[in-house]
Amino acid sequence: MTLRGDWFLIKPFFSIWPRFPKLESRRDSVEFGKFLEGEFMFTRWCVGFAGLVLMVAVAAANGQNPLAGDAKAAKAGEYEFRINCALCHGLGARGGGRGPDLTRAVKKHTHSDAEMFQVISNGIPGTAMPANGTNGQGVGMTDVEIWQIITYIRSQEVKAPAQALGNAAHGKDLFYGDGNCSLCHMVAGKGGRLGPELTGVGGSRTREAIIDSVRNPSRRLAWGLTEATKEFPQEYESVTAVSADGKKITGVTLNEDSFSVQIMDAGEHIHLLEKDKLQLFQKSRESAMPKYDVEVLSDKELEDIVAYLVSVGAK
Amino acid sequence: MRRRVAGENSFVMHTGRSLNHRGHGEMPLRSLRDLALLTACFACWFVASPARAQVTFERLVNSAKEPQNWMTYSGDYSGKRFSGLDQIHVANARTLVAKWVYQTTATGKLETTPLVVDGILYATAQDNRAFALDARTGRPIWMYQRQLPGDIRPCCGRVNRGLAILGDKVFMGTLDAHVVALDAKTGAVVWEVVAADYRIGHSFTVAPLAVKNLVVIGVSGGEYGVRGFIDAYDADTGERKWRFYTVPGPGEPGHETWEGDSWKVGGAPAWNTGTYDAVTNQIFWPTGNPAPSNRGEGRAGDNLYSNSLLALNADTGKMNWYFQFTKHDEHDWDATQVPVMIDAGGKLLIAQANRNGYFYVLDRSTGKLMSATAFGKITWSDTKDAEGRPVEKKEASPTLEGHTVCPGAAGTTNFMAPTYDPQTALFYVTARDQCDTFSTAPQPYEAGHAYYGSAYFPSDEAEPYRGYLKAIDPATGEIKWKFEHTSPTWSGVLSTAGGLLFSGDAEGNFIAFEAASGKPLWHFQMGGAVYAAPMAFAVDGKEYVAIAAGSAVYAFGLP
Repeated sequence: MTLRGDWFLIKPFFSIWPRFPKLESRRDSVEFGKFLEGEFMFTRWCVGFAGLVLMVAVAAANGQNPLAGDAKAAKAGEYEFRINCALCHGLGARGGGRGPDLTRAVKKHTHSDAEMFQVISNGIPGTAMPANGTNGQGVGMTDVEIWQIITYIRSQEVKAPAQALGNAAHGKDLFYGDGNCSLCHMVAGKGGRLGPELTGVGGSRTREAIIDSVRNPSRRLAWGLTEATKEFPQEYESVTAVSADGKKITGVTLNEDSFSVQIMDAGEHIHLLEKDKLQLFQKSRESAMPKYDVEVLSDKELEDIVAYLVSVGAK
Repeated sequence: MRRRVAGENSFVMHTGRSLNHRGHGEMPLRSLRDLALLTACFACWFVASPARAQVTFERLVNSAKEPQNWMTYSGDYSGKRFSGLDQIHVANARTLVAKWVYQTTATGKLETTPLVVDGILYATAQDNRAFALDARTGRPIWMYQRQLPGDIRPCCGRVNRGLAILGDKVFMGTLDAHVVALDAKTGAVVWEVVAADYRIGHSFTVAPLAVKNLVVIGVSGGEYGVRGFIDAYDADTGERKWRFYTVPGPGEPGHETWEGDSWKVGGAPAWNTGTYDAVTNQIFWPTGNPAPSNRGEGRAGDNLYSNSLLALNADTGKMNWYFQFTKHDEHDWDATQVPVMIDAGGKLLIAQANRNGYFYVLDRSTGKLMSATAFGKITWSDTKDAEGRPVEKKEASPTLEGHTVCPGAAGTTNFMAPTYDPQTALFYVTARDQCDTFSTAPQPYEAGHAYYGSAYFPSDEAEPYRGYLKAIDPATGEIKWKFEHTSPTWSGVLSTAGGLLFSGDAEGNFIAFEAASGKPLWHFQMGGAVYAAPMAFAVDGKEYVAIAAGSAVYAFGLP
């Protein structure tokens, strides 16, 4: 197999070509090839394909999922999801390092099945969500496969709306007050710039993921800048640099290559440095964010903050 | 006569070096003028030399005699990716400047290695674009783009790694599994042939290799369960002269290494360019993993000739010997890395830095394994068999729940071209340390559908993936030095007679290294990640180094 590092650039594979019958043992591959090209196959193919197109066309016309609630379709969709979506959206659609948790009943970009179909087909401009079949990875999914995936996602949704357990109003007070979150994090245009922007996080991450990143901020560093052609995004690594004239700079890396680094310090100043001119350059995967244990932030308080983030993220 | 010119060239080089040393990098104006004069004389020879339209097989065999040209994917038949040019060298590399940029307008990854013959550069881009440029200025002479069907099945990007040239034609394999011959002067299609049915997953991404009057090319499509093959086409007519199936059929030796009918969809594609030994008339071509890539159930056996190096008779395609690197692979560890012919200590060797993390040296007359040493982080093997081949641990096999193995599916290295520098006698390769969690799941074969039998995911470790440029001593397998990139790169490596290495990084830098030490001497930010391998050429007596990055091709030279 060729370049599988591309998993990181998202990988939809499936084709609009209908599925052929399985290769049977009694046919050798030459016969199989002839069979594929044979008129019989072609006719059968056309009839089958026309049927699918008709079904999907009717469904598209009334904006409904022709496979809604079909358990078999959901199972097929689970496999399609795993190949095409899970890298970003996680196994079980519960959100990965990059893509939102799709088990929430309330989603940021889509509500109806028809909207979901549009988003999967066309992507979401300005986000990492690509249009089906545009990544140079095969020819994309068929309409039927997209409906199967939607059926699967619906089957995974938590039926009772993920009503946050906490008190969002109190969570907001904590976020901007005693919790000191807003010193580094911005929500809805208010807050600091040193850490990741969190306006959408409540809509895209599970409650468990948010709690874990507050309790163990160094366990998995948040992703920063993603460059279009680069395989890996920048992470929020901590950094210490000492310039030629002895000035010490600490902060997080906005970006970095072998020769230069762009650092934001706690005062939100951006430092543009050439590595060969530094006396010291030291990176750390110990997050710049303090570890909030239960002594600092009780479980109840943390639930309140999560509730606030979810209430903002759902908007 | 050409030898004398090479002498003049190195004279220029030495003059430059001594001036640099005397002046601590600041060359006196007068000496600069001397240098310019010498360079001009050198240039005169090339200008005066008759333009030779035909690229003959003899020229390809003797490519070392015309280092100004880069006529095959790896620069010569031996796969060394070494340029005999030395005008750009350790002492002046820091003065390199961009000479031109050619925007392809293609999106995705550019994996092409350009060819240059007599002042014209030929390269490819995504979706089977091909183009010819004035190699001095980057100005296009012709452009070709194939009209591809909407339902082609590339695995990993709509990529192409380059052309072959022979006579007055250039040759390209296409994503819809055709082989196309283009007029080298106009880009017009001279012939095109169908190699296989693209609808069930065949495609070509490889740069073909022209040998004698044949265009040799290997198929891609292991991801779709194709039965791999290597083809040879008559360069004049496009007629297929031979085909070697990398998965033996009934009655053929090796067929017994496949369970039941698994051979029919066994993969073992051949998607990277091989090398050729004119003395023994053998083509050395590497093969990819068996299909499905991460599930061995249903294909019990060694699965020959997947993950192997094949020695084929160039005239007939008959196999002389094979060596299988990874038996019954379940980790997507294609052995498709360029096999590099090395002559050392009176021995005729062939070396490969393999995706499975081992650096192998074989006797290229017999295929006998001489040594296998790890060049990256490895957890899949801790023993070797009687021949010295690393053997997989049972526990390394993927499971339903997922099992973490190093290297990951991307491998310790991949398609990125390595280089062997005869001056340092070191082998240089782009390497990565990354582990993946491999999980397996039943997946029936369906024609034209992806056929992995699995999924794999980055392992949950917080440890970031690491990327390196490593210098390996083929005599011992020892890592002489390594340079750590900011993140893993897919760039190949070039070595030159100027004592330099060139490679790119994922952050978009093109970097010149001192080959002896790995010290970076110069870099240029190209604004897009590198997935291609560099090459060098000269026109009018001036040396250039070229590489594709982002969606453009860049050429660099001295001011």
